[in-house]
Amino acid sequence: MAVVFQKPKSLADVPLHYCPGCPHGIIHRLVAEAIDELGIEGKTIGVAPVGCAVMAYDYFTVDMIEAAHGRAPATATGIKRSRPENIVFTYQGDGDLASIGMAETVHAAARNENITIIFVNNAIYGMTGGQMAPTSLPGQVTQTSPYGRDVNHCGWPIKVSEMLATLEGPEYITRVAVNNVKNVLAAKKAIKKAFQNQIEGKGFSLVEVVSACPTNWGMTPQQALKWVETDMLPYYPTGVYKDRTAAKEAQE
Amino acid sequence: MAKLTFLTDLCKGCGLCVDACPKGCLAIATEKINKKGYSPAEMVAEDKCIGCAFCATMCPDCIITVEK
Repeated sequence: MAVVFQKPKSLADVPLHYCPGCPHGIIHRLVAEAIDELGIEGKTIGVAPVGCAVMAYDYFTVDMIEAAHGRAPATATGIKRSRPENIVFTYQGDGDLASIGMAETVHAAARNENITIIFVNNAIYGMTGGQMAPTSLPGQVTQTSPYGRDVNHCGWPIKVSEMLATLEGPEYITRVAVNNVKNVLAAKKAIKKAFQNQIEGKGFSLVEVVSACPTNWGMTPQQALKWVETDMLPYYPTGVYKDRTAAKEAQE
Repeated sequence: MAKLTFLTDLCKGCGLCVDACPKGCLAIATEKINKKGYSPAEMVAEDKCIGCAFCATMCPDCIITVEK
């Protein structure tokens, strides 16, 4: 009998602290699989965010550093510029990347820093107890929008991938989801490509992963994945928003 | 026939593997709890398993090893 599926080596053998059914575990595994398959475990440095994934440094068997809230792209920039031979990735949520860390994200993209960003968008602040995030959908009920997000009062959700794709800087911007097997496999391909781009020195690669938060959405894990499909994906459609190399090749 | 190994004590009983299985081989245990106090997922129809690893692909806690 041959092993067809097992835990990747780059994912530590410890229990994850995430809630039951939280897709963070799936996304951690996809990142670890990409690191394993590219054979970069020994030279990868990860930057953990503030948010539910704050303890990601315990879960990857690569060197990890913890950044101040939202400053992971800035920290990663520093690491990559001083140690260009290392592969540097950040793993951030929507409260971290799209709210307090928006400036760092946009400028890292504009400078086309040669780093990989995994951006987990679950439309809510998970760790702090389910407050409205910049990515919460119009009408979405959260702790701080009990009557649903009122766009006249709170503004519209930020579509990070679409926004960054308008910049000249970044190499690769894509949005994927992890609500079913097909999407998980597509997400794995995108994450691997984002790391591959960095190895080849192509520049800034960001993979936005549309995820779920069963606990703070007040749903079962099954309902949450269904909600991703029915409500989140129509607002945050998956797809490649920018791929400079592919666009250049298509032109030639 | 495929063989699935579960790290039962790490299971949180979310049931995403049960939903992902195209053959209905898995279920959440009804009369068992693990170290964490959750009812873990278990194999109920091993003969139907085709080793597609869909369950392991969707498992957030990476507790399933699939051999074929």
